[in-house]
Amino acid sequence: MNLHEYQSKELFLNAGIPILKGAVALSSIKAKTVAEQLGGDVWVIKAQVHAGGRGKAGGVKITNNIDEVESIASSMLGSNLITKQTDLNGLPVDCVYVECGTEIRSEFYLSLLVDRAKESWTFIASSEGGVDIEAVADETPNKILKYTVNPIDGLNEAELSHMATELGFVNETVIEFIDITTKLFLLAKQTDANLIEINPLIIDSTDHLIALDSKITIDSNALFRQEVLMHYKDPNQENALEAKATENDLSYVSLDGDIACMVNGAGLAMATMDLIKLHGGEPANFLDVGGGATTERVKIAFEIIMENPNVKGILINIFGGIVRCDVIASGIIEALKESQIDFPIVVRLEGTNVDLAKAMLAEAGSKIISADDLTDAAIKIVESVKESL
Amino acid sequence: MSVLVNASSKIICQGITGSQGTFHTEQCIEYGTQIVGGVTPGRGGQEHLGVPVFNSVKEAKESIEFEVSMIFVPPKFAADAIIAAIEVEVGLIVCITEGIPVQDMIEIKSSLKSSSSVLLGPNCPGIITPDESKIGIMPGFIHQKGSIGIISRSGTLTYEAVHQTTKHGLGQSTCIGIGGDPIKGLNFIDCLELFESDIETQGIVLVGEIGGSDEEKAAEYIKEHVTKPVVAYIAGVSAPPGKRMGHAGAIVTGKEGTADSKYEALRAAGVHTVESPALIGEKMKSVLS
Repeated sequence: MNLHEYQSKELFLNAGIPILKGAVALSSIKAKTVAEQLGGDVWVIKAQVHAGGRGKAGGVKITNNIDEVESIASSMLGSNLITKQTDLNGLPVDCVYVECGTEIRSEFYLSLLVDRAKESWTFIASSEGGVDIEAVADETPNKILKYTVNPIDGLNEAELSHMATELGFVNETVIEFIDITTKLFLLAKQTDANLIEINPLIIDSTDHLIALDSKITIDSNALFRQEVLMHYKDPNQENALEAKATENDLSYVSLDGDIACMVNGAGLAMATMDLIKLHGGEPANFLDVGGGATTERVKIAFEIIMENPNVKGILINIFGGIVRCDVIASGIIEALKESQIDFPIVVRLEGTNVDLAKAMLAEAGSKIISADDLTDAAIKIVESVKESL
Repeated sequence: MSVLVNASSKIICQGITGSQGTFHTEQCIEYGTQIVGGVTPGRGGQEHLGVPVFNSVKEAKESIEFEVSMIFVPPKFAADAIIAAIEVEVGLIVCITEGIPVQDMIEIKSSLKSSSSVLLGPNCPGIITPDESKIGIMPGFIHQKGSIGIISRSGTLTYEAVHQTTKHGLGQSTCIGIGGDPIKGLNFIDCLELFESDIETQGIVLVGEIGGSDEEKAAEYIKEHVTKPVVAYIAGVSAPPGKRMGHAGAIVTGKEGTADSKYEALRAAGVHTVESPALIGEKMKSVLS
């Protein structure tokens, strides 16, 4: 689960990690009021979306004219922000964060993430802050510093101090860096964060460290014990179909193609997309109905698929292991009864009672094309979609 | 011969009285697996599916002999269940549960370092040595005793590989589902090592997917240490970056974890790669003949 910058900053504030004064606003009038309350003579207005690259996309604006705060907020709110991390539709800007401006002496990068290769937490830091960190890692890998925490011993202050020195910090800023990283580590553990990123971490004109931006991703598997964070969930930032699938315990990802697929198991679902592509088609989605595919789940999966207007054909690929193929078949038949599908559906079933299932599908109607194996299924759906166009 | 489990393996099920635990334990017993007991806190002293139930793994350990624990405990309690099994040094812990928080897995991996226990999973279908012992949720009937060792991050793709190797008359020595989580127990390399030294295994199928760099590491290991032919398929060539494809671990982040990078590493290591999962069995057949 991704958090907005303003939500992440609320957590920073509570954790004692230094940030600038700021507040969220849902309307342009409120944005101006916030700026007035903040005082000062320069304000930053930041569009709140679940994507990076906001600055370059016009989602972060600075002004020293308080009246402009309102007009800038007004131009952002209600629009969709398209950044290089979003798709072509962008993400809706439902609120903006208004923050006091500050003078920046230097910018750094700092993040803490769950490192799957090291099976622990790793801090990543760089003296190249405020820019795309992946580009830095590509072009100047020597400027990327890493410290992996020993999960048994916990944080090692000497390592943090060393990292601070490598970044060029001296005296008080070293102490501030150790303080911030220690608090980040505690915050990550407390909130089950997979990633906390500060880009940039800055030194201001008074030589203090401040987190200018913040991004937090919470482990979805841990939400059962992070109930206090649940109100941070923003379904507007998610693809509507993906959100609907999640609500129904299905795993769905929208793609750009026109051949929908419904599969049991994540690996087989990915493989099915690969096969469609391999045989000249374009998958419209990833959809895992789960190992225990039931009639009800198959019906909901159909509903979600049908809501995508680009779909011109469906490939159903079920390896009925412990789930019986005839149960899946009856789900498909029932779902078809309720919807007006006028494009080809190819079904490949394998496993227990496969012959019975095939007979049921054949009896149910001509829209369904039966396939014998994986390759046959992929070829049949790609060809019949081409023919139907 | 086989790896990790065989006909004499004795198994308990943690979470045996739950609906999943009951259903799958029953299937395992039907297959011929030696299920000797179960654990459900508060249900100690009862009998379920014809075997004794204990309040804890520790209690079970004090009363009966077993080397393997199969875990069907809901994600909230699964980490504690694994830790309880590690504490009494259960030889092989097979955790089927999906949805364990990754920070819990960091702790579990630390505990495993100072223990003799081996963990398989979580978020995996389990392990099976055909005709001997089925520990997990895989459909037993598709398997056939034979010579191919299968290692896979995905459940249903394992079944595909099994189905095809059965169809081509090769059969399987042991099939290990290592699971789809980013931080997990046994990994490709551990299983490759086991199959390389298993006399019965003549060929190895490796089924990977996008995310992380385990396949790349496996490729390096194969180059140096594996003499048996390896056939590999990687799922997710068509997956977009930054999107989690079902499994918690199946995500391309930045430039890391793409199917292309994995294929490249495997090919460079002399692995026989296939671009379609439908060709796994055929490829292995032709490589072995």
